[in-house]
Amino acid sequence: MYAFLTGPMLWVALLVFFGGLAARVVWYVRGLSWQLDRVAYGPHLAHGLKGGIHSALKWMVPFGTYSWREQPYFAVAFFLFHIGAVLVPLFLAGHNIILAERFGFSLPVLPMGIADALTVAAIIGLVMIALRRIALTEVRILTTAYDWFILAVSAAPFVTGFVARLHVGNYEAWLLAHIITGELLLIVAPFTKLSHIVLFFMSRGQLGMDYAIKRGGYSRGAAFPW
Amino acid sequence: MPEGTFCNRRPVNTEEDLKSLLGDKGGAQYYKEMAELEVDVEALKTSLQKTLQSRTKTWLEICAHCGMCADSCFLYRVNDRDPKQVPAYKIQSTLGEIVRKKGEVDTAFMMHAMEVAWSQCTCCNRCGMYCPHGIDMGVMFSYLRGLLFSQGFVPWELKIGSGMHRVYGAQMDVTTEDWVETCEWMAEEQQEEWPGLEIPVDKEDADTMYVLNAREPKHYPEDLAEAAILFHLAGENWTVPSEGWEQTSLTMFAGDWAGCKMQVERVYAAVDKLRPKRVVGTECGHAHRATVIEGPYWAGRPDGRTPVPFLHYVEWVSEALTTGKLKIDPEKRIKEPVTLQDSCNYVRNHGLARHTRIIMSYIAEDFHEMAPNREHNYCCGGGGGFNGIGRYRHQRNVALKTKRDQILATGCKLVVAPCHNCWDAIRDLEEEYEIGIRWSFLKPLLIGMVIVPEHLKPQEEDE
Repeated sequence: MYAFLTGPMLWVALLVFFGGLAARVVWYVRGLSWQLDRVAYGPHLAHGLKGGIHSALKWMVPFGTYSWREQPYFAVAFFLFHIGAVLVPLFLAGHNIILAERFGFSLPVLPMGIADALTVAAIIGLVMIALRRIALTEVRILTTAYDWFILAVSAAPFVTGFVARLHVGNYEAWLLAHIITGELLLIVAPFTKLSHIVLFFMSRGQLGMDYAIKRGGYSRGAAFPW
Repeated sequence: MPEGTFCNRRPVNTEEDLKSLLGDKGGAQYYKEMAELEVDVEALKTSLQKTLQSRTKTWLEICAHCGMCADSCFLYRVNDRDPKQVPAYKIQSTLGEIVRKKGEVDTAFMMHAMEVAWSQCTCCNRCGMYCPHGIDMGVMFSYLRGLLFSQGFVPWELKIGSGMHRVYGAQMDVTTEDWVETCEWMAEEQQEEWPGLEIPVDKEDADTMYVLNAREPKHYPEDLAEAAILFHLAGENWTVPSEGWEQTSLTMFAGDWAGCKMQVERVYAAVDKLRPKRVVGTECGHAHRATVIEGPYWAGRPDGRTPVPFLHYVEWVSEALTTGKLKIDPEKRIKEPVTLQDSCNYVRNHGLARHTRIIMSYIAEDFHEMAPNREHNYCCGGGGGFNGIGRYRHQRNVALKTKRDQILATGCKLVVAPCHNCWDAIRDLEEEYEIGIRWSFLKPLLIGMVIVPEHLKPQEEDE
């Protein structure tokens, strides 16, 4: 079971994840239309990209935008979760052992203590996000079962992985649960809102280009005051 | 009844139809017919297939339902934080539903969508600045307005507005003759005080062509006179076109995209005909947006640029002040505390905040910013057509509270509002809430404080 899940199944999961997300990017860019979007992407590409990159980067800095500063609780929850969600899967020692075994290469590895802290932080972030969803009327009205599904799919690999790491209960079972939920996340990502893993950059980039090219970027500069 | 006499899917294209629609006072019959107007589902489907592309699809799909947009929306804040006013909810429950149902929606739904699109969003685009994914719900509401207009679900006044542009080439029934006469009349009237002042119509190869808002010739012709005086004092070689002088676009508020194209092409045709070096538009936000920001796209210009540089009035004034073409008498600067309204259409959406600050630094001694301001400023409360729709007057009046409170917080009694919609909204908020403020365009303020060069002063009267 373990061999299958970390062998062929891992291949499938990674192919679906990277292939699917790449397709989403291609599909997004091909679907842009200067006439319908009313943004002249082509003739102002360099200036536009400056605005687009700024638009994505600014939002990746904790408290980097007006919006993050106005919503400190959500900003904390968001960054606690997303920092762990990006760094831990990529740079966890355990993951890189599998990478090295299966694919013959590995990435730099996080010290165990830091990986633990990031994992705990990510789980705390998710709990905060869930509580906010329940507590605030303006979020509740938007919330659907699908949002809870996405939250659950995102939380599962962290929770199972951390329990396995702590060796509480049946280690083998928790490890399998971790691998299965992790691969589930990889497989559903391109087909769900989790596609924001790449579409965040597309959407932010587009709006940044929109402001840079058309909505004042030649007067105020490519960088919009997000 | 598939379509009504007044309320139908056809835009108004003749004077006769326009007059009979105007005759339906307050749209009484029009809205009755709307309740019976069938949705052309096939057309709606086709429209979605053709125009709903990756940007909007992605926006609708990846919205994380996080609610960060809630507080960015002044309509949410001012309506007791009603969750139904959360921008993401407003767009998901209207455009989102239409898309999910692939256009299979009924009349009652479309009427609801109309109400949300025109009374719960002014397309100020502020929410897009506060969304982590960069989802601009104002842009999507504008798109939704287009779908609704094509199906006949548009507020009565905006159906008329779109018809005005289609019939008269202006948002009001100002014909070419009316317009040219107004120019002559205003020039004549100013002759005594400003010898040599002209309002040159259709002068070719001028440095500057001036375009404006039909309300000015129709209701406040003195605004045109003031523009003429300031051009005269600045020594500007300028002209107005006899056709293509109207810069506004109620067609944009209505979502009448074909009408928008017709409207802006009239202005560009005047540019082609008269070959000015550049164009200056009046103190209007949406006119600038329609002609300078969105207009090039409606006209199919792949570079997204106007045929010659188009300046908003505030850009012209800031240039005239910094280059010394207009000089301010230091004695006559505004001494009292004064604040400034940032128009969404040319500040958030065209980056001109710098220019209005330059102007304020020349004309005001005690300038106070509103909070928030510049790109982050709130809509005046009447943008996007909201001011003009009788059916939503109550909602509009509630919306004005945001600006009222922003102005009150500055402690100023004078508000500079270089935008017609903002100016109207501020006038209406004073009428509604009586907070004891005054408001003004830039032109009358400038005329009161510019230094008149010796050679332009009126000759001494004969003894």
